[in-house]
Amino acid sequence: MLQEIRPAIVFIIALTLITGLAYPLAMTGIAGAIFPYQAQGSLIEKGGKVIGSALIGQEFADDRYFRGRPSATVAPDPKDSTKTVPAPYNAANSAGSNLGPTNKALVERVQGDVEKLKKENPSSAVPIDLVTTTASGLDPHISPAAALFQVPRVAKARGLSEDRVRTLVESQVEGRTLGFLGEPRVNVLALNIALDAAK
Amino acid sequence: MTLIGWFQIALYCAIIVALTPLLGGYMTRVFNGERTFLSPVLRPVEVVLYGVGGVDEKREQSWVGYTIAMLLFHVGGFLIIYFLMRYQAALPLNPAEMSAVAEDLSFNTAVSFITNTNWQNYGGESTLSYLVQMVGLTHQNFLSAATGIVLAVALIRGFARASVNTVGNFWVDVTRCTLYVLLPICIVYTLFLVWQGMPQTLGAYVEAATLEGGKQTIAVGPVASQIAIKMLGTNGGGFFNANAAHPFENPTALSNYVQMLSIFVLGAALTNVFGRMVGDQRQGWAILAIMGVLFIAGVVICYWAEARGNDAFTALGLTGGNMEGKEVRFGIVASALFAVITTAASCGAVNAMHDSFTALGGMIPLINIQLGEVIIGGVGAGMYGMLLFVIIAIFVAGLMVGRTPEYVGKKIEAKEVKMAMLAILILPLMILGWTAVAVVYPPAVASMANPGPHGFTEVLYAYTSQTGNNGSAFGGLTGNIFFYNVTGAVAMLVGRFWMIIPAMAIAGSLAAKKTVPPSGGTFPTTGGLFVGLVVGVILIVGGLTFFPALALGPIVEHLAMIAGTTF
Repeated sequence: MLQEIRPAIVFIIALTLITGLAYPLAMTGIAGAIFPYQAQGSLIEKGGKVIGSALIGQEFADDRYFRGRPSATVAPDPKDSTKTVPAPYNAANSAGSNLGPTNKALVERVQGDVEKLKKENPSSAVPIDLVTTTASGLDPHISPAAALFQVPRVAKARGLSEDRVRTLVESQVEGRTLGFLGEPRVNVLALNIALDAAK
Repeated sequence: MTLIGWFQIALYCAIIVALTPLLGGYMTRVFNGERTFLSPVLRPVEVVLYGVGGVDEKREQSWVGYTIAMLLFHVGGFLIIYFLMRYQAALPLNPAEMSAVAEDLSFNTAVSFITNTNWQNYGGESTLSYLVQMVGLTHQNFLSAATGIVLAVALIRGFARASVNTVGNFWVDVTRCTLYVLLPICIVYTLFLVWQGMPQTLGAYVEAATLEGGKQTIAVGPVASQIAIKMLGTNGGGFFNANAAHPFENPTALSNYVQMLSIFVLGAALTNVFGRMVGDQRQGWAILAIMGVLFIAGVVICYWAEARGNDAFTALGLTGGNMEGKEVRFGIVASALFAVITTAASCGAVNAMHDSFTALGGMIPLINIQLGEVIIGGVGAGMYGMLLFVIIAIFVAGLMVGRTPEYVGKKIEAKEVKMAMLAILILPLMILGWTAVAVVYPPAVASMANPGPHGFTEVLYAYTSQTGNNGSAFGGLTGNIFFYNVTGAVAMLVGRFWMIIPAMAIAGSLAAKKTVPPSGGTFPTTGGLFVGLVVGVILIVGGLTFFPALALGPIVEHLAMIAGTTF
């Protein structure tokens, strides 16, 4: 056993330095040089200020904007740090709801959201992704159906024609990667930026 | 369920099968000490390491020496993680000014990463500094994966060799595995992930002024370099709390598909390494076929259950499957497939919240782990776990005809069977034992996030995942309390080493045996009958052991769901 002590010390230190320092630092340097935009977090700037990341969803409450999916992220309660308060799209503390399929809290929340949305747009079926929470709490996307569902509300709030807004949504739909991977989707932040530019 | 969905699944299987012999051939050369195309660059590094470490690469170890070296290596890894976490506040590379992590959480996390579990009772972006993520966790992602692989190789050598007392040199195997297999793949893989949108920076968290005028703090970090080895080494410990569901940890449908492939690729290749080393690649393909049958069965059930959705949602007129706790860019099929892959292998990364799966959809990941994670399994761990089941199956076959069984030319006798049973029995002891304690201990019960049978499933899943060294979770359970931190760490340690030590004893015992030439009475182990027998043994052992517990959790919850009962 004693003869294994020296290699144990040498190998744990050497391999830690190689895989724990040299490798991530080298990759940070190389990735930063080849893909500087992605390496920094795909940040979107407007007038020199960061307004978000192309990959991270944001909270939208205003009727003039398309909304993303419900988010279950939380933040520490400013009044009592041992408790948490809801803070949708908190990108410093990603989390899902973790509610199980037979949990009354889940079913009642979904039911309430469905009723609210039915009032907003009685003519279309409610898309399921608009009433279910995202896994990360930061989903940047909604389904094309969920975007089209919101067209009447957004068009009315902005005083634009529904056709105009619908065309804008359709131009923002991303198809499946390589034709078969993932699902068709719309990036909510990108859509809203395009919407602001369209007025 | 859609045609495109099935196509994604079929193509996935085809790519894994195609990569298996390619990577298997390369890995066999690496572990046989032969030259590879990377030798001109890596050989000098290797020689320096052996020189400083005082290792003679020609000197091999007995199974005991090999195991002791492995254990010492783990002690070192444990100490590094534990102390980095305890003192992170005083150390550099801490732009978010994280404070020291508590003793019990540091203990649980250090155990979690050295055992290749990567169970996380903390949220990465809200708890750990960049230094801990890199030097503490990224390095152990490599080394616990390398350890798993080399232990499987040592057991394979036990089958392949005859009349010798040694199974290889641990230091040489670990070094070659890290340098020749893991690092080169990870370097290319990291760049691919950054290209897809994964951050790789040492800069501080970004403050954004959102479109509506709010504030958003966006956590970033050296993510891609850690995620590459997290997936390839079936570690699964996320940089972020939401793991591979986080858009920075899995930005696109393509990154998701490649991550799924990278979970299985090394584990599948080891079946081919086995075939090559015992001199008959068909033996490796037979093992892969056993894994394939169980895998596809799991995928079909899980995909069906998630696409069918939650009856309570259907009643509200919602269609499109169970999207609670899933991401739009992955949808139903890529979430269900990921869940089955990550638990078949002992990865434990998640791209959707297993806690919010339907009862039956969430039961498949649970069963996958309870079967011992032998369906591809953790890198190495799956291979030696599967060989233990093969030994049991061969023993059963031998009993049926009243003849001493043999496998790839080695007689399987009392010692091997006893050791295999010892390793297999540890799963129910840790999983069911700790679950039983937790559900009668009030603070542990208070940690459940969901009422009713789902809460029980959360606890059962927690001990299943930790004993199986998986690391995925029904994440609602508040695991960061003293009780779960300590009992979970015990489950992880026992689940890892009580499996490894008997497996290594078998390696030593087999290596010392003579090779028996096959005769007319030898049970052929490359055909459908053998595959069916092993699948049967795995299902019967797993089924008899865990069915009662499953009946109390997911099965009763499924019945409640279709009856419209909520809790």
